[in-house]
Amino acid sequence: MKNNFARLSLADLPVGSSCQVCSVELAGLLKRRILDLGIIPGTVVECIRKSPSGDPTAYGVRGATIALRHDDASQIKVSLI
Amino acid sequence: MQTQDVTRRVLREHFGVGAAPGQYVVALAGNPNVGKSTVFNALTGLRQHTGNWPGKTVDNAQGTFTFRDKPFLLVDLPGTYSILAHTVEEQIARDFICFGCPDVTVVVLDATCLERNLNLALQVMEITPNMVVCVNLMDEARKKNITVNTDLLKKELGVPVVATTARNGDGLDELRETMYQVAAGTLELYPRRITYSEQVENTVQKLLPAIQRLVGNRLNPRWVALRLLDGDRAFIESIGLHLDSQAKPGVVSEAAREVAI
Amino acid sequence: MSATVKPISPLAEVCAEAESIRLGSGGKLGDAIVADIYANAESIVRKVVCQTSDAKSNWDAKLDDVLTSRLFGYPIMLALLGLVFWITIEGANVPSGMIADALFAFQDQLSEWFALAGAPEWLHGVLVLGLYRGLAWVVSVMLPPMAIFFPLFTLLEDFGYLPRVAFNLDHLFKACKACGKQALTMCMGFGCNAAGVVSCRIIDSPRERLIAIITNNFVPCNGRFPTLIAVATIFMGGAAATGYDALVASGVITSLVLIGIAVTFAVSWALSHTILKGEPSALVLELPPYRKPQIGAVIYRSIIDRTLFVLRRAVIMAAPAGAITWILGNIYIGDMSVIGHTAAWLQPLGYAVGLDGFILLAFILGLPANEIVVPILLMSYLSSGFMLEFDSLEELRAILVNNGWTWLTAVCTMLFCLLHWPCTTSLLSAYKESGSLKWTFAAFAIPTVIAFAVCFVVAQAARSLGFA
Repeated sequence: MKNNFARLSLADLPVGSSCQVCSVELAGLLKRRILDLGIIPGTVVECIRKSPSGDPTAYGVRGATIALRHDDASQIKVSLI
Repeated sequence: MQTQDVTRRVLREHFGVGAAPGQYVVALAGNPNVGKSTVFNALTGLRQHTGNWPGKTVDNAQGTFTFRDKPFLLVDLPGTYSILAHTVEEQIARDFICFGCPDVTVVVLDATCLERNLNLALQVMEITPNMVVCVNLMDEARKKNITVNTDLLKKELGVPVVATTARNGDGLDELRETMYQVAAGTLELYPRRITYSEQVENTVQKLLPAIQRLVGNRLNPRWVALRLLDGDRAFIESIGLHLDSQAKPGVVSEAAREVAI
Repeated sequence: MSATVKPISPLAEVCAEAESIRLGSGGKLGDAIVADIYANAESIVRKVVCQTSDAKSNWDAKLDDVLTSRLFGYPIMLALLGLVFWITIEGANVPSGMIADALFAFQDQLSEWFALAGAPEWLHGVLVLGLYRGLAWVVSVMLPPMAIFFPLFTLLEDFGYLPRVAFNLDHLFKACKACGKQALTMCMGFGCNAAGVVSCRIIDSPRERLIAIITNNFVPCNGRFPTLIAVATIFMGGAAATGYDALVASGVITSLVLIGIAVTFAVSWALSHTILKGEPSALVLELPPYRKPQIGAVIYRSIIDRTLFVLRRAVIMAAPAGAITWILGNIYIGDMSVIGHTAAWLQPLGYAVGLDGFILLAFILGLPANEIVVPILLMSYLSSGFMLEFDSLEELRAILVNNGWTWLTAVCTMLFCLLHWPCTTSLLSAYKESGSLKWTFAAFAIPTVIAFAVCFVVAQAARSLGFA
């Protein structure tokens, strides 16, 4: 369990809780895709559900539901609200 | 007038879009899952054919319809979240809106997810003012207790806004009428200018004079500046590819009317 | 490349200046632009959108709770798969018979006209007994299942279930270093592998797209279902008490499909670790809200876009194949027809993999379209050399058993049908989508090798253990 508060990532978010995006530490096309979906610093993201195997996870972003894999979500740093 | 028609036809043929003389070309843009194809099917019915964009493995659907005795050619652009051209689909959508000279660009929005959808509409608005915003899935929004004030949205955006529920056919008549008016140039459009943060705005201003000299009124220079700052290489290539054939005397002034800021 | 970029020097200058500013900002400007556009969108939405209650469609959430739950997610997927097959098999029976009756009645009429016109026997043979019968078979056997399967499938698609399948299965694809959206392309493949291959466009990573294209063939398409259904109903369904035939047959088909899916994973994994080495790219998958499907539009779209498209293709392929089979079956060299000679030559290989020479020949001749495998097989089994018109599966069973079919032949035929090479249309699509002969060849060779290997192991194991 990563308890370092400042380095909390989207992947650490328990189902049902919300957070605010701090930084998107991805690169290239994936980063642009994530930004285009509206996951930008300051956006409130809710962890909606996990898939039956626990990965990927579905997040609520600006009224839409987006599924991300753990590896990618862990590069999106957040703070709890 | 003749030269202009010829030039536009040549430009459109770059995209495999062969419009008949006098036919209005409408580009249909939107996010995935917003019912864009429902709008497309509802407007064109059986009069459609599908293929690929020239040289790309991306679907290209085109359909026709007639409204007020005027023939329309509807071009279904790939469903994208953005047209900042990170993928082939986005590049196709962006290039067609920018260089394909559509008479109208209709952006279909999901009423239940307006923020993300407006992101696309705002991007399109930076390229062309000749657009209609179609807020679709109004029935879904009602079910979720979401109300969208389309009159206010119209004021905010400065372009026509039509609320539709395409699957029931609601609002499609108004959509056709609005498309007609925009295509015929009878509506006054004052598209909203996106406000950028100071850092972005300052750098845009630095580049603006040189770009203005370069593109004149053929493209929105602010938008070109933003693309260059975004490091969009594909766009620079597209300018070379498409704008060159447009740079003929007599065409520039006409294009200026279309892509005026 | 450089030819497309006109060296307009002012443009190059401006670009250079922009580039230096961009790099000076550490590449952050692009991100800032996106964020700024979103800030505009947010401020507009704050003014124009009003959400009265926070009841964000609980119905959606509840449905997802079940459909993607740890406990029910997979069983429901499996049940839906089985249900779709069951409805297709059960529902297609009666209309298939009716269409067959009508078309074969018309054939008698045709024969009469040919006789009246005084046409030579060979012309009647090629056109009526070969070409027309081939067509009649394909239409009567394929049209009803497709007209049921495609709308059912489109219904699930319209409803919004398919992205949930990708969501549920993604971890398996990730383990194979492939993309979860491959699940969606496989779903399309059930309808038509060529369509499935084309749908691989939704996968962004070229490596993962190639994996999806090459393995798409392992989900059986509608052209192969008639073969699978016929064999399963005769040899598996018949073993159970009557009345449950369709149920048992759909159970067998579902298991076969599961084998196909398992092979898909195995091959995807193997490709990712050999000739298509690489790390899995990211998955960004939107789960759209569930929507009530528009029944009318679904039926219209699935019939026009899919059923008629696939049927047209099958008809174009089946017509010449029927004629050619008739010709080959009626040209005699010595005391055997050309088909007989070829089948005899293929016999050792066929036997080794649990089939026989005729079955193998039928699969080879079925390369243009898989749906004509059974008619070709029957045509070649019958000494008369034309496709027979049969009223019941019982009759079909009798023909097969008389030609030495055992349960092992049935199992190997189904496995071979499931795993063997893609049809020419799929290969053509694979070529167009991949743009490479090498990968098209891989899409042909990999299934072929696997089909032979699996059938060989099954046949040899069953024989050496004394089961057959």
